[in-house]
Amino acid sequence: MKRVTFGWSFFVTLCLVIFMSVPVWGRTIKIGVIGPMNFVQGKGHWNGAIMAAEEINARGGVQVGKEKMNIELVKADSNEFLSMTDATNAMERLMTQDKVDFVVGGFRTEAVLPMQDIAMDYKKIFIGCGAATKSICDRVAENYSRYKYWFRGTPFNERYLVATSFAHLGLAGATIKKELNVPVKCAIVGEKATWVEGMIKAAEATIPKMGFELVGVWRPSAVATDVTAELSAIQKSGANLIFTIFSSSVGITFARQAGELKIPAAQVGINVEAQKDGFWEATKGMGNYVFTMNTYARGIEVNEMTKPFVETYIKRFGEVPTYTADTYSAISYGLVPSIEAVGSLDADKIVAHMENREYMVPSGKVKYQKDAQGRPTHDLTWGPGYLTSLGVQWQDGKLVAVWPNKWKASPTAPEVTYKGMVPLKLPPWMKK
Amino acid sequence: MNIIITGLITGSMLALLAISFSLIFGVARIVNIAHTAFYMVAAYCIFSLTGKFGLNPVVGMMIAVVVVTVFGLLAYKFLIDPIREHEAAVLIATIALAMIFQEAVMLIFTGDYRTVSALIEGYFIVMGVKVFFQQVLTFGVVLVVLALLWFLLMKTKLGLAIRSTAEDREVANLMGMNDSRLAMITMGVSVALAGFTGAVLAPLTVLSPYMWMEPLIMMMAVVVLGGLGSIKGSFVAAYILGFTEALVVFVIPKGAFLKGSVALTIMILVLLLRPEGLFGVSFEEER
Repeated sequence: MKRVTFGWSFFVTLCLVIFMSVPVWGRTIKIGVIGPMNFVQGKGHWNGAIMAAEEINARGGVQVGKEKMNIELVKADSNEFLSMTDATNAMERLMTQDKVDFVVGGFRTEAVLPMQDIAMDYKKIFIGCGAATKSICDRVAENYSRYKYWFRGTPFNERYLVATSFAHLGLAGATIKKELNVPVKCAIVGEKATWVEGMIKAAEATIPKMGFELVGVWRPSAVATDVTAELSAIQKSGANLIFTIFSSSVGITFARQAGELKIPAAQVGINVEAQKDGFWEATKGMGNYVFTMNTYARGIEVNEMTKPFVETYIKRFGEVPTYTADTYSAISYGLVPSIEAVGSLDADKIVAHMENREYMVPSGKVKYQKDAQGRPTHDLTWGPGYLTSLGVQWQDGKLVAVWPNKWKASPTAPEVTYKGMVPLKLPPWMKK
Repeated sequence: MNIIITGLITGSMLALLAISFSLIFGVARIVNIAHTAFYMVAAYCIFSLTGKFGLNPVVGMMIAVVVVTVFGLLAYKFLIDPIREHEAAVLIATIALAMIFQEAVMLIFTGDYRTVSALIEGYFIVMGVKVFFQQVLTFGVVLVVLALLWFLLMKTKLGLAIRSTAEDREVANLMGMNDSRLAMITMGVSVALAGFTGAVLAPLTVLSPYMWMEPLIMMMAVVVLGGLGSIKGSFVAAYILGFTEALVVFVIPKGAFLKGSVALTIMILVLLLRPEGLFGVSFEEER
């Protein structure tokens, strides 16, 4: 009896030792997807990540050294529109409880900065897919050993967002001059948020240099539900071009009320709400002719990868991907090829590989930047041949792409036109 | 002219909310923080009924007001009435109620922004300023609601009972009035007005699960500025803050986001000079 008991005990212990000492059996690569999951931005994060994980797992997983590992996603609701504490708690939970290997997502700069710090504390690679503030990447250059695990996945930083917006304003200004034969008077309307501050300063300096008269700057709250006072003041200023900088619900309010009041000015700039398929319904069709920067649009091909991604996404989720769905690119083309190349989940090795790569994604080509002193910033390169984004406009219920269309970044730069572009339209009430 | 028209419209929106909030505080001493959450529930009801079930907007509004009133009465009966004597507890309970509404809306409708069609589409021009028909409707509704409230309080037996209870609850009790029942009826009227405000304002705003927070702050500011519980005070204060907001947008466009802060600063300044609010003294004397 004693012998049997000993035998069984030995067998069970042996099984436990084997099981515990070989943890890689069936081990997965855990990727935390963090974002405001009850909002469109977070849904984009999650949907993009799901698509990437499903595709990678369907082809057998990720080759890590000699073994294949599947991707396991961990969803974390940052609730960052309402609570910064929720955002940091969600990141802390990913690190300590879920013990993820990598993180993708984040949206508002105010939340991403503390979330970045938490990820860096645990030396986990965090690919940001939402916040545009340049200073997030400046931290990498300033304190490389601590912040090197941060990479920007999308969008390019606010300096380039401004540069792209100026190209869009240039297109709209030229159209106003050509079709209405009047001087361009430009109003700047930017929501009160951190990421907008630098853009406003740059716009105030650059718009007069573009030959436009700057008639004023308005800064409504990001969640303002009534902007009729601002619109009255803008109309009184004589503006025929409005440079909009919105990422929150004020984008719907402004577009809807401007459309209802038929304010005789073209709205051009960034309006994140206008990037979504639901914008037309949200503005009850009053958002017609609103022009916004965007990453994807139906029927547009930036490169050969764009169409398959956009069409698969629409088929899977019933809508055009917003830019936060670039968690797909961050995982499929950023993280996974570097893991396979170094054959390990070691964050330091992956960072060293990733920061020196150039690779194609559905929205262009990714190349991580260095600052003027040659220090890596892990920020995205902008411009022809790299990432440019699109300029899209609502035209009678359809979101069509109007830029880049024969665009030249400088007099000597090559002309850029993506397949599927249509001409920009001015609101007809501007012509009366 | 821009400032006058914009101020009138903004003031009307604030007045609608503040008057109904003032009513229940004046009568039953209930600080209902969930007041604007009822307004949010009404707005989402209309969104569902008109958008998803295709009901006529007016029918949708009526159903929404009924639904919200029922919610309000249930909340009074099961949440507020048992703790009514403890004002701090009521305050905290109604904050919890508002949060419950917020989370419920978030679960059902997600955080996506929604909008509701206007009852009357379009705008007209007054001295060069474009004004929505819906805004004029809101302004008209404020006047009608005030007239109805005045009639209810001054010309009906119920109004007499409400005023008596507001003046001295104990004496009213001794005279055979059931103050708890009266408080419940007043709560019903107050919440119905909040629901009606939501119904009227829904087409002018963007619906989100946290849309109740911003108007709550401004509504409280209006009520405090006007004198707690004073309906007349709420009406006057709503227009003062409405005009202040409009003035900020026109005078300092770069600081348009400060319009709420400037309005609140004015409230603080007035309270420093007159701690009971604009109409607080007469209200206290009445009690």
